[in-house]
Amino acid sequence: MSDDAVSPEEVRHVAELARVDLDDDEVDRFTGQFADILEYFETLDEVPEVDRDADLANVMRPDEERTSLESEAALGNAPETEDGYFKGPNVS
Amino acid sequence: MSDDIFITEERIEGADDGPLAGKTVAVKDNISTEGVRTTCGSRMLEDYVPPYDATVVSRLTEAGATIVGKANMDEFGMGTTTETSYFGETDNPAAPGHVPGGSSGGSAAAVAAGEADLALGSDTGGSVRCPAAFCGVVGIKPTYGLVSRYGLVAYGNSLEQIGPFGETVEDAAELLDVIAGSDDRDATTRSEGDDANYAEAATGDVDGLSIGVPTELLEGADEGVVETFWKALGELEDRGAEYHEVSLPSVEHAVEAYYVIAMSEASSNLARFDGVRYGHSGGYDGNWNETFARAREEGFGDEVKRRILLGTYALSAGYHDKYYKKAQDARAWVKQDFDEALSEADVLASPTMPVPPFELGESLDDPLQLYLADANTVPVNLADLPAISVPAGETDGLPVGLQLVGPAFGEERLIRAASALA
Repeated sequence: MSDDAVSPEEVRHVAELARVDLDDDEVDRFTGQFADILEYFETLDEVPEVDRDADLANVMRPDEERTSLESEAALGNAPETEDGYFKGPNVS
Repeated sequence: MSDDIFITEERIEGADDGPLAGKTVAVKDNISTEGVRTTCGSRMLEDYVPPYDATVVSRLTEAGATIVGKANMDEFGMGTTTETSYFGETDNPAAPGHVPGGSSGGSAAAVAAGEADLALGSDTGGSVRCPAAFCGVVGIKPTYGLVSRYGLVAYGNSLEQIGPFGETVEDAAELLDVIAGSDDRDATTRSEGDDANYAEAATGDVDGLSIGVPTELLEGADEGVVETFWKALGELEDRGAEYHEVSLPSVEHAVEAYYVIAMSEASSNLARFDGVRYGHSGGYDGNWNETFARAREEGFGDEVKRRILLGTYALSAGYHDKYYKKAQDARAWVKQDFDEALSEADVLASPTMPVPPFELGESLDDPLQLYLADANTVPVNLADLPAISVPAGETDGLPVGLQLVGPAFGEERLIRAASALA
């Protein structure tokens, strides 16, 4: 395991950034697994810098009106709606 | 239904006639079907019913196919065994007691068990080819941009393509004919394959075919798998093909590059699952962040959380250059290597999977070991190239797949070569 192996606090911090609650068991398990996996990812340091022949082009289409989902269909899977809107929790 | 092949069994009737009239198709449960729930193998989407069809689904029904069910899969396409499905694992019809491979394990099993004539899966790092190899059927991972991803629930969007399964190469090619081609709803599709005829290419003619065998993809593979691979290659030789060894030094780093890129994309793509507009809801106590985090704790399984967290880590401040940027360098290197090898060979051949199918439950505890099993398939996704897995024979009664890789939009060449074996 390398010196900068991931700590339980870091796993909790990343989980907070990703908006995923974890229970203590999960934190413990992931801490061990992440150490192995991240150490393995570090072998990417051996990869030489490579010229990428960028062959990229923007894809545009005419800005034409198209039919879209009816709002009833768009709301059909929402756990809660109100007056034709999605209803979610408070933002803060 | 035996073996948990389908998450939802439901008949969606196609048009009265068309090239697939009379054919039944199983569709992986991350491909949207209007009015039929599409779960991605996840508790998060257990009750989600898409209000529209994926482009490939409209093309199937217009071609006369009958969809018979939504096939089981690793949750959100993340896995190599179909054991991470919230709805339970699928048994392998070709090797009972073993995994069907993943993540499109239900789709491959449906064809192997005769529950459907054909099937659709999706392949982000091998998820069509691995279950094809483990279940003894044919699976095609198309060139990136050949098949529309409109209506496919995204996991690693720069890597994944929807691909067909069949019992024979010609069957799979017929399905590819129907789903391939540009789509104005997916700006990453290209027009190169619009005039192709894949089924007609399945002539079995390999006379004069030049096959490159990347030595790196044989190193470390199971002995019985390698033996079966050489036997199948010998069959192609007998029919007029010749092979030579090639070296792809970059593939030594493909697995780590693949997982960094796929996890990073997953952390972004799966951010949409907040339990507000659709999906599992965590209840409304607390603010948005708190309820969002609770919905995701309950809705996602272990492997999905693992990848979202590792992807978030790899993209976070201070680590972006160390992991993500390096992974993109490795991706460019892999592309370059393949281009070079394919300038001196018509196709490249290797075992599809370095190991025979695991026993059910055998591999779940060590995620890193499982990631390494994808060594032969992920380089192809990094390089955006097409590949096919075709049955090569058996080792100890377990199916072994042979993978052929071709140049971009070289599906006809792959189909012609592979049809000499199945």
